Amino acid sequence: MRKVKIHITLKEGVLDPQGKAVQNSLKSLEYNNVQEVRVGKYMEVLVEDTENIEAQIDQMCDQLLANPVIENYSYTIEEAV
Amino acid sequence: MKFAVIVFPGSNCDRDMYFAAKDQLGEEADLVWYKEANLANYDAILLPGGFSYGDYLRSGAIASTSNVVEQIRQAAEAGKPVLGVCNGFQILLEMGLLPGAMLPNEKLKFMCHYETLNVENADTIFTKHYEQQEKIEIPIAHGDGNYFCDEETLQQLRENNQIVFTYEENPNGSVGNIAGIVNEKGNVLGMMPHPERAVEALLGHDDGLRLFQSILTNWREQHAINA
Amino acid sequence: MPSMLEISPEMIEEQRVYADMGLTDEEYTSVRSILGRRPNYTEIGLFSVMWSEHCSYKNSKPLLKKFPTEGAHVLQGPGEGAGIIDIGDEQAVVFKIESHNHPSAVEPYQGAATGVGGILRDVFSMGARPIALLNSLRFGSLQQPRVKYLFEEVVRGIAGYGNCVGVPTVGGEVQFDDAYNGNPLVNAMCVGLIEHKDIQKGIAAGVGNTVMYVGAKTGRDGIHGATFASEELSEASEEKRPSVQVGDPFMEKLLIEACLDVIQHDALVGIQDMGAAGLTSSASEMASKAGTGMTMNLDLIPQREQNMSAYEMMLSESQERMLLVVEKGREDEIASVFRKYNLEAVAVGEVTDNKRFRLEHHGDVVADVPVDSLAEDAPVYHQPSRIPDYYQSFQRMENYLPSVTDYRETLLDLLKQPTIASKEWVYDQYDSMVQTNTVITPGSDAAVLRVRGTKKALAMTTDCNSRYIYVDPEVGGKIAVAEAARNIVCSGGRPLGITDGLNFGSPENPEIFWQMEKSVEGMSEACRELETPVIGGNVSLYNESFGGKAIYPTPVVGMVGLIDDVEHITTSHAKKAGDLLYVIGESKPEFGGSELQGVLEGGHFGQAPVLDLQTEAIRQKQLLTAIRSGLVESAHDIAEGGLSVALAEMLFHDELGCEVTLSGELVSELFAETQSRFLVTVNPAHQQAFEQAVTDARAIGTVTDDGIYRIRQKEVVLEEKTSVLKEAWKGAIACLVKSKV
Repeated sequence: MRKVKIHITLKEGVLDPQGKAVQNSLKSLEYNNVQEVRVGKYMEVLVEDTENIEAQIDQMCDQLLANPVIENYSYTIEEAV
Repeated sequence: MKFAVIVFPGSNCDRDMYFAAKDQLGEEADLVWYKEANLANYDAILLPGGFSYGDYLRSGAIASTSNVVEQIRQAAEAGKPVLGVCNGFQILLEMGLLPGAMLPNEKLKFMCHYETLNVENADTIFTKHYEQQEKIEIPIAHGDGNYFCDEETLQQLRENNQIVFTYEENPNGSVGNIAGIVNEKGNVLGMMPHPERAVEALLGHDDGLRLFQSILTNWREQHAINA
Repeated sequence: MPSMLEISPEMIEEQRVYADMGLTDEEYTSVRSILGRRPNYTEIGLFSVMWSEHCSYKNSKPLLKKFPTEGAHVLQGPGEGAGIIDIGDEQAVVFKIESHNHPSAVEPYQGAATGVGGILRDVFSMGARPIALLNSLRFGSLQQPRVKYLFEEVVRGIAGYGNCVGVPTVGGEVQFDDAYNGNPLVNAMCVGLIEHKDIQKGIAAGVGNTVMYVGAKTGRDGIHGATFASEELSEASEEKRPSVQVGDPFMEKLLIEACLDVIQHDALVGIQDMGAAGLTSSASEMASKAGTGMTMNLDLIPQREQNMSAYEMMLSESQERMLLVVEKGREDEIASVFRKYNLEAVAVGEVTDNKRFRLEHHGDVVADVPVDSLAEDAPVYHQPSRIPDYYQSFQRMENYLPSVTDYRETLLDLLKQPTIASKEWVYDQYDSMVQTNTVITPGSDAAVLRVRGTKKALAMTTDCNSRYIYVDPEVGGKIAVAEAARNIVCSGGRPLGITDGLNFGSPENPEIFWQMEKSVEGMSEACRELETPVIGGNVSLYNESFGGKAIYPTPVVGMVGLIDDVEHITTSHAKKAGDLLYVIGESKPEFGGSELQGVLEGGHFGQAPVLDLQTEAIRQKQLLTAIRSGLVESAHDIAEGGLSVALAEMLFHDELGCEVTLSGELVSELFAETQSRFLVTVNPAHQQAFEQAVTDARAIGTVTDDGIYRIRQKEVVLEEKTSVLKEAWKGAIACLVKSKV
């Protein structure tokens, strides 16, 4: 079994109202060195080992997990017990 | 004319859409469960609002992977009118039948009230019964209605007259005040405001009814030509 | 085996483990004598939740008996998921209000969301399609950051759930007062529509029939929610966070549609939702009501977590679950209805004839108790009651008369009070239009929904001015019912009945019990006079925040009325210049518990305004007759802030003006909250007919189109642009929420 840890982030240049709101409240808590906050998604997918697992994960991300119009994704694959 | 209202798990404006087509427009309409759909015999496809699959992952994303989507795509290719409202619009975007994507409203809150829309293109099969630049009152009800596309796409939408409705006052942060767009061919309309909620004066306004009437008029013209 | 790890019956007794579950020594002894042996851990758990106030009403039962619950049109009174009232044409309206105060105080988003989910299930489990949601909310002062957070999250939670399931949230009320600083109130009401033939009951009838479980899997959430809801909030409540349930409105939407399909199936015998006390209450109540018993195999319960004990499964308050009883041998027919919606219906037990509630787990019998002892035999307490000192001193006070010099400033101050100010910030977040029946959206006196396919419409509202109830519970209780009825009448409807959401402090405090007693008596009297029976409701006690300070007594009234013809629907906003303004009823110098008293004195005291129920009933009948005869353009009840505020609210929609002349003592004329009064506009063509129809009406001026709000007493005493007043009123809440503390 493999555990795939997928990070989905908004592309550069796509407005992130949620990130803005978090950024503002961090500012109001006086974390003045905060420059920017971008909110994304994190998923853990447990998969059985197959060949071309990376190709399969890419396909999953393109097809469903991320929206290529607004989002980027990256992932790491770990051994799972 | 026969309308199919596609019902996904979590759709919740399906009956409203059905009543608009059946009772107010006075045409045939069916609620079609997404698993049992056979769209061949329908003249127009309506994708209703709601929270298909709970809006989990992204609004419209999971519905856009269901089997019925292929049939919707075929109907669109065949030139049948396809109208997606609110969650229906989000599904059309996720399917790639319309360009762009939906982000959460700028103020991060769900909002529900009437908005004034400008009819930017009265020359589509959905807007024949409106005047160019007419102002109409149609309610919105959404949390993710902040339409986004890149500069280039926006340019194309403008050049091809694909922007059908804009907001008089932008409520959600949409690029170019966009409230609704059509595909290049002009037979697939996606819009965040709910025309099916504005089809009876008793409930406030009936400006939305003319959208359905436009679809019907166009179909009758086509039908007359074909016959 | 999990049961090996469980605390033994001996330990439960010796170490008084039952006390941690909320049972008293006497209650434990009584369980022991019912069983004729010591209860095991699972069994004592069953009793602890079923005998909690939340499930058994053990402290409030003697009071609830005072409510009139019968009427010619009542099809179902208290006792089932929700009450039902006939509205003709073989149709009926189903409604109920329920509190979710304690969960909302701890985790406001989920607390409020699951409150909405629970009340929806109460209504659709009766076989009705939910057509509207309302709510009644109480928060402390918005100056406090924690209160602001609770307010924002509760509203977001209600919106998140209601919007997703596609039931419009059409109305409600929000009151802000320091009395709720540590303990917000979140009451949700649901209204459903049903055909008589579809009315369901939660019964486990027919020995041998199969018990089926549908919906979300059972996890460890909300264990002891029912007892949690029956305890005072303490610092330790914060640590109880894991017990707060998480809602899944998507699952609920599927359940609604599937259950409305399944009630059409003749293999269905009974259906009930799993609310407070989860599987325990739904299963035991269904059997007890049918006079049967039930046995369940807990191994078959769909479980979300591993190694769950019988105790945990039985007490879990996981959301979005239903229990069904179906004819034996026809389980698959029922399961296939649910399969359409990707839901699994699983057989988990059987109806038996021995009136016992028997549970098996891993091959062992883990509980075997008389089913009626859970559902019926909870103790009933007649708590002592004592007149509070504060009330006696209020009664002895001289009549409170506020001193006001600047009428304009005072009006502006009142309009900015969050309790009076526009609630647009709140209701804009609610989908109020889905299902396309909403004729009057939030912001008028009552919400109105048409009944599709008929000429009829339903008016609905929630009301409770808890300040009056604090000052004088009996009078305040009457006012709460009367005010709700005024709102229905102003919309053109005839009040049909009420559901009550009784929110109080600890009943073990005799002064609080006295508040409960008196307000229930006041409400009952008003219900009898106004012919609005109580068809169901909810009791939430122990609403006390850190330090034992009780909330204001808050018995919320949820009322539904019938409008015979959509033509009669009337809104509260003035329609056009030239219409005549009438006040129905005279003002008196009554300011105890008033909004103005709060603004000027920072608290409430003295005597509540007098309410004469006969006068109230006559005026309501006359006004309704006038509305139905088409003599009234708009109607609004005069409530918080008095005539000056009602008049301003009436003009805001179209920013019209008014030219009003008042006689009499001005502070009372403008700001007193004298009861049984209405403000209406009448087309001059109907002047004579209206004056004949409504005997206590007095003309005070006209609506104008210059956008100036002007009041004279010989000279002009109050003048301001309507737009300026509106801005103060409209922006106040958004402004308070945004402001940094």
